[in-house]
Amino acid sequence: MAGIIVKNIKYKYPATDRLALDDISFTVEPGEFIGIIGRNGSGKSTLCQAIAGLVPNFYKGAYGGSILVDDLVVKDTEISDLCKRVGIVFQNPFNQVTGSKMTVYEEIAFGLENLGIPKPEMIQRIDDAMELLDISRFKDRNPFDLSGGQMQRMAIASIIAMKPDVMILDEPTSQLDPQGREEVFQAVHKLSQQGITIFMVEHNMEKIAEYSSRVILLDDGKLVALDTPGKIFSRMDLPEYGVTEPAFTTICKGLHLKCKNTDEYPVTLKEAEEVFRVYQSQKEENRNG
Amino acid sequence: MDDKKCLSMNDLHFSYTPNEEILKGMTLEIDERSTAIIGQNGAGKTTFVKLLKGLLRPTSGTIQFEGKDLSEFTVAQIARHIGMVFQNPNDQIFKNKVIDEIMFGPLKIGMSEQEAMDSANEAMEMLGLTELKDENPYDLGLSTRKLVAIASILAMKTQVIILDEPTIAQDYAGKEKIKEVIRRLRQQNRTVITIIHDMDFVADTFERAIVFANGKVILDGTTREVFAQKEVLEQAYLEQPNVTKLCYGLGYDKVFLTTDEFIQEAQKQIER
Repeated sequence: MAGIIVKNIKYKYPATDRLALDDISFTVEPGEFIGIIGRNGSGKSTLCQAIAGLVPNFYKGAYGGSILVDDLVVKDTEISDLCKRVGIVFQNPFNQVTGSKMTVYEEIAFGLENLGIPKPEMIQRIDDAMELLDISRFKDRNPFDLSGGQMQRMAIASIIAMKPDVMILDEPTSQLDPQGREEVFQAVHKLSQQGITIFMVEHNMEKIAEYSSRVILLDDGKLVALDTPGKIFSRMDLPEYGVTEPAFTTICKGLHLKCKNTDEYPVTLKEAEEVFRVYQSQKEENRNG
Repeated sequence: MDDKKCLSMNDLHFSYTPNEEILKGMTLEIDERSTAIIGQNGAGKTTFVKLLKGLLRPTSGTIQFEGKDLSEFTVAQIARHIGMVFQNPNDQIFKNKVIDEIMFGPLKIGMSEQEAMDSANEAMEMLGLTELKDENPYDLGLSTRKLVAIASILAMKTQVIILDEPTIAQDYAGKEKIKEVIRRLRQQNRTVITIIHDMDFVADTFERAIVFANGKVILDGTTREVFAQKEVLEQAYLEQPNVTKLCYGLGYDKVFLTTDEFIQEAQKQIER
């Protein structure tokens, strides 16, 4: 279990003038599921890489401020140590596959071998991760013979098997079919309930609204807001930041229908259905009385 | 306008290995309507479009392009008529400059330098890439690199354009650009076939949806007809668009596909 404290992080990639992260500060409690949204180029992936220590320890560049994962100062911790606590699933699974392993099974074992996990435990963890991501039937396939979606599941499984305290997923479901996407969200949600802190970049706002405890909205490297999905998606200025709310929220905004007892618009299907039912019954009452 | 048959497949079968058949007898016609192919990962969608592009050849069955048997075309000949944007742009891009990448295809199919330049400029303008023309594609983010891959196929001005998961990594603005490209291609009577998992995008953009499951077509119709079939979609591990889910949840008779449609209809009811 690990909490995160981000203090005044500023970062510029080498040979660039623009701040990719511009004075970002926030605190996250262990086990939170944090959705990260914003237009492309807003700093989402860079923020993920900063929490995982790849910024600045791999990408170099100008860096200021600090990120703490529990008591570890990310900048001063070797990636080889940090990766035991923080796992990251890259946006493009092709960038994550080692290229040195001939089967899916060996690929998932790679991280565990490097952590020195005893063999019986390794086998158990690999089996559990493959089952969770529904890829057991591909265990003997070459990773490069998998489809994009299958490879994406393997990339997630290889990080889940390492059992990190913090898991960062950068658009992990972009290549998955709707049911596969739902399964990944459910699996990750389960991990957060077990105390693993989750950061997930995602353009599917309906899923972010459904599963996140809080949402970070970034724009031009700056933190615009960190709040509950209800508060974030009820904002009327989202188009300025290049994002949209869930379809249910768009409809309810268009019809000025808010949740009962709050000043927020519905953000999930369930909330939207409830708001419509309340509205319909009020209409009936008015008609009858 | 009549929907001219552009591609027709008759009892198409395909296997990568002798023991596992990926496509199990597909008979299908692709017309000029913008068409989305949807289905579970592994349903055979990418294999199917690789057959249309001639990158794979059917184990049995036939494919006809504008009435001619595709088996009589070489891959190079097919490239003049059918363009395909790969799911992963890294599989497609290899030049050091965006403009060189986009001009490569047009030059290879015989356009003059000037024609290729004009066509590349038009494609870059459509996708908002003009200012990036001298950049190295690998210095661009995945979403922009994907737009470069799309532009490089658009510039070839093929009759058929196949897009494999074009909205991956795209934000709202990127999806809007792709939506606009598909609409413009449709206006130019070019055939757009798109493999896609984003049901909201399909509902908002495409005229026809074809559902693949286990190497077969299990549903084919207008997007409104297809998305009305909740149970069949679920059997294929798919789901309805979010707006349609809300219609069903509220017990509406009509199937709405977009937020605008839903709001307009609901406003009418409120005014009653």
